[in-house]
Amino acid sequence: MKQTAAQRALIAALAWGVALLLFFPILWMVLTSFKSEVAAIATPPQLLFEPTLESYAEVQSRAEYLRFALNSVVVSLGGTLLALAFAVPAAYSMAFHPTERTRGTLLWMLSTKMLPPVGVLVPIYLLFRTVGALDTRTGLVVIYALMNLPILVWMLFTFFKEVPKEILEAGRMDGARTGGEFWHLLLPLTLPGIASTGLLSLILCWNEAFWSLNLTSSEAAPLTAFIASFSSPQGLFFAKLSAASTMAVAPILVFGWLSQRQLVRGLTFGAVK
Amino acid sequence: MSTTVAPHAGAVSGPAEGAGQRRPPSFFLLAPSVAVLLLWMIVPLALTLWFSFQRYNLLDPTVGGFAGLDNYEFLVTDPDFWAALANTLVLVGSVLAITVVGGTLLAVLFDQEFPGRNVARLLAIAPFFVMPTVSALVWKNLMMHPIYGVLGSVARGLGLEPVDWFADYPMFSVIVIVAWQWLPFALLILLTAVQSLDHEQKEAARMDGAGPVSQFFFITLPHLGRAISVVVMIETIFLLTVFAEIFVTTSGGPGNATTNLAFLIYARALLQFDVGGGSAGGVVAIILANIVAFFLVRTIARRLEV
Amino acid sequence: MSKRRRGGAFFAFCLAFAAAALLPLGAARAQTTITIATVNNGDMVVMQRLAPQFERQNPNIRLRWVVLEENVLRQRVTTDIATRAGQFDVLTIGNYEVPIWAKQGWLSAFDNLPAGYDAEDLLPAVRTGISHENKLYALPFYAESAMTYYRTDLLQRAGITMPEKPTYAQIREIAEKITDKNSQTYGLCLRGKPGWGENMGFVTPLVTAFGGQWFDNQWRTKIDTPEWRRAITWYSDGLRQFGPPGATSNGFNETLALFAGGRCGLWIDATVAAGLLYDPKQSQVADRVGFAPMPTGDFAGGPTWLWSWNLAIPATSKQQEAARAFVAWATSKEYIQLVARENGWVAVPPGTRRSTYENAEYQKAAPFASFVLRAINEANPTASTREPRPYGGAQFVGIPEYQGIGTQVGQTIATTLTGQNVEQALRGAQSATERAMRQAGYPK
Repeated sequence: MKQTAAQRALIAALAWGVALLLFFPILWMVLTSFKSEVAAIATPPQLLFEPTLESYAEVQSRAEYLRFALNSVVVSLGGTLLALAFAVPAAYSMAFHPTERTRGTLLWMLSTKMLPPVGVLVPIYLLFRTVGALDTRTGLVVIYALMNLPILVWMLFTFFKEVPKEILEAGRMDGARTGGEFWHLLLPLTLPGIASTGLLSLILCWNEAFWSLNLTSSEAAPLTAFIASFSSPQGLFFAKLSAASTMAVAPILVFGWLSQRQLVRGLTFGAVK
Repeated sequence: MSTTVAPHAGAVSGPAEGAGQRRPPSFFLLAPSVAVLLLWMIVPLALTLWFSFQRYNLLDPTVGGFAGLDNYEFLVTDPDFWAALANTLVLVGSVLAITVVGGTLLAVLFDQEFPGRNVARLLAIAPFFVMPTVSALVWKNLMMHPIYGVLGSVARGLGLEPVDWFADYPMFSVIVIVAWQWLPFALLILLTAVQSLDHEQKEAARMDGAGPVSQFFFITLPHLGRAISVVVMIETIFLLTVFAEIFVTTSGGPGNATTNLAFLIYARALLQFDVGGGSAGGVVAIILANIVAFFLVRTIARRLEV
Repeated sequence: MSKRRRGGAFFAFCLAFAAAALLPLGAARAQTTITIATVNNGDMVVMQRLAPQFERQNPNIRLRWVVLEENVLRQRVTTDIATRAGQFDVLTIGNYEVPIWAKQGWLSAFDNLPAGYDAEDLLPAVRTGISHENKLYALPFYAESAMTYYRTDLLQRAGITMPEKPTYAQIREIAEKITDKNSQTYGLCLRGKPGWGENMGFVTPLVTAFGGQWFDNQWRTKIDTPEWRRAITWYSDGLRQFGPPGATSNGFNETLALFAGGRCGLWIDATVAAGLLYDPKQSQVADRVGFAPMPTGDFAGGPTWLWSWNLAIPATSKQQEAARAFVAWATSKEYIQLVARENGWVAVPPGTRRSTYENAEYQKAAPFASFVLRAINEANPTASTREPRPYGGAQFVGIPEYQGIGTQVGQTIATTLTGQNVEQALRGAQSATERAMRQAGYPK
């Protein structure tokens, strides 16, 4: 690379500037969460302040954070695994044994995702009441799986499409069966793609706030419900709100950062190459 | 290629032996997903369609019966309905434009070598992991609040009058929040695409005397076509149903300035508890989704060689 | 190598998930568990914190809490009760919902309360608001009317004294004199966030005071009228000239935060804010708050503000007895004394019981006590507006459709704060309301 030193410095400054700008709201939220309520509304805002954990203590004393967090973990993982269980075979068959209807099926699946959930809340609520699925993790897992299924099928489809046909051909010559072909040839090749699809689904499930608020009350309520109890309390609330938000966002943010490489690797392999 | 599959399909064994001989094996793999999605699609759709022709208000069980097309008539004669349609399109269009253009530029930027690149990248993609409710609350209370918000303080620091974002530029503010969440997603996808670009190709272009700008337009951009399609596709799906950001910040207002279709249906179904009217809105949203899907997905699907 | 480790991590995650799913949540289950849905307002948070005392007194009852923001809560419990899903055993609802839901048969009546409960001690205005056909269908947790708060130091500095019974015109004059935008002191703070329970909670009594009303006796919409025009002009001019920026995002809680943070000179809102503004732990201006009655316009004697948050039991609840025991506990005299012991008398839930106001310690801790009592007793939510009206309610219209209508009109009113012409806005609100009422089948 034959950039001059000045150019390199400019690029670094620009890139870091953008990164910090995008990250700033999150950083500010975390900072505010360590302020006292009075410091949180000081104008001009304080950058230097005496950190305190009082907001976290207050939030924790009002709601059992771990119970909400556990529900979020269980429901997101459950929804993702269930959706993958349906999506992998479907995408496999579409990619490797396409028929004239494949394209139509795929498009139709995607269009189901564009219906605003609020339009079907009452029917679904009545349905859930009848089968006793209200406020259960199972109910939420099923909803999440269905919600993300179209996107998962579509993403996996594009990953599977990328697998060089020659490899499968060679496998078949050696007499591999469909099942064996899948386990021994395809899975190792597409594992990064499947993993990043799963990661995306996890993130979407974790952040889903409509169904989780409306279909749960206490037993199965995830972190989105936790936030809803802090979003607009009386009195000064900026620090408490920030603390609750930080607690709700932190797990998925850390998880997202840790798995970022995995996510990118999968994406590079498949859809976007 | 599929022709060569057929003879091998016959070799399938396992639980599907016998009957499976005639059916292609794909049927058994595809069927569960399709059946489940079919149920997921058909059951609510059927219920929504049914309710949309009923007089059904949750708060008033005494009123009931067949409503004919009343719910639809009421919906399309509502001036807010057309505004909501327009707002939906404005919101989707603007966020798409911002994230695709911004994402492309940032992807190229973050593809360069610079110190601390990995950390900077982590920071830049972080907003994508934040719940929509939380990001709306943070923007509303900590960033855009005209008195306590950071933006207001910056404005005062510069000797300017702080801007009252949600009153004076409501749609713009919502777009900013939504774009903030989705820009990192576009960046993530486009960055991986840029990174997979053949460096030799770029090198060759530079040898031929192409500057960075023409390199971008003639080599990078065409290479990104497919990744951009992916971004547009996934984002459209989510942007059509944006709700939490509006609910938390402006509640669709002032007036109907930020009421999109999802929020209008919410107002119908969960403020007035008019299930009939809300369902009619839902049916219209489904039709709109299918129109969008038809045009968008088809153009993009061609790109993706489906 | 790293790939294998990652595979391992994924496997571990799945294991953790499986383990978590199998773990039963509450291992030791008591005999009866009741689920309580409540709002995240300060007084309810205190109730949640003190509830273990109830559990100690009633070892066979366990409590589960669902604490949500007001709008989300309302949507949740309405869906639940209207579909008879029975997710909750105790609901926190307003005096807007109670009579409507009681009429539908959705709530259990509170007849034959224990003698120690002393239902006669409940303030009559509050009692009436949550009764249907002379039966109580909820018990009041706290209640409020409205009043004018002002900053004594700012008025003093400007050399003004607050009139004993201010009018809206006087309020405007005072606001003008104490506004100092350079030091971010705003003369007039009012609710501006659209919603039937937010800006319309203030606007409806304002319109009444200017002689207007929502509907006439034939259910004809009366929004595009001179009375509304004058009221809304007062509201939007005042807020735009002397109000804080961002008024359209300020509901009760946001405005409270502004006043408690020392940004507001005047504020007309619920009396329940007094307990918070006078509490030095929650307010930076605790020693500088003054109060006056709600301002009057050219029509006096109409209904003024009365709101109560109440605990009710859905007819579908399977734990009627346990739920009733809890509701009686949380609205009892003993509970009020318990709060006083824990947090001081100034923090007790106000507005429900005569005995609270007769208590000398409360009168000492809360200088506004007798004032609030009078405001609640005089609120008279069923009184007539200048022209007779077919509906009840002071800062709302007591019909099921009002949630939707009020919110829609609230949106239109909010546009007048951003520069929309008042006449145009009211014309829009009039036609939208006429449409909604026609759709709902009025006149009934």
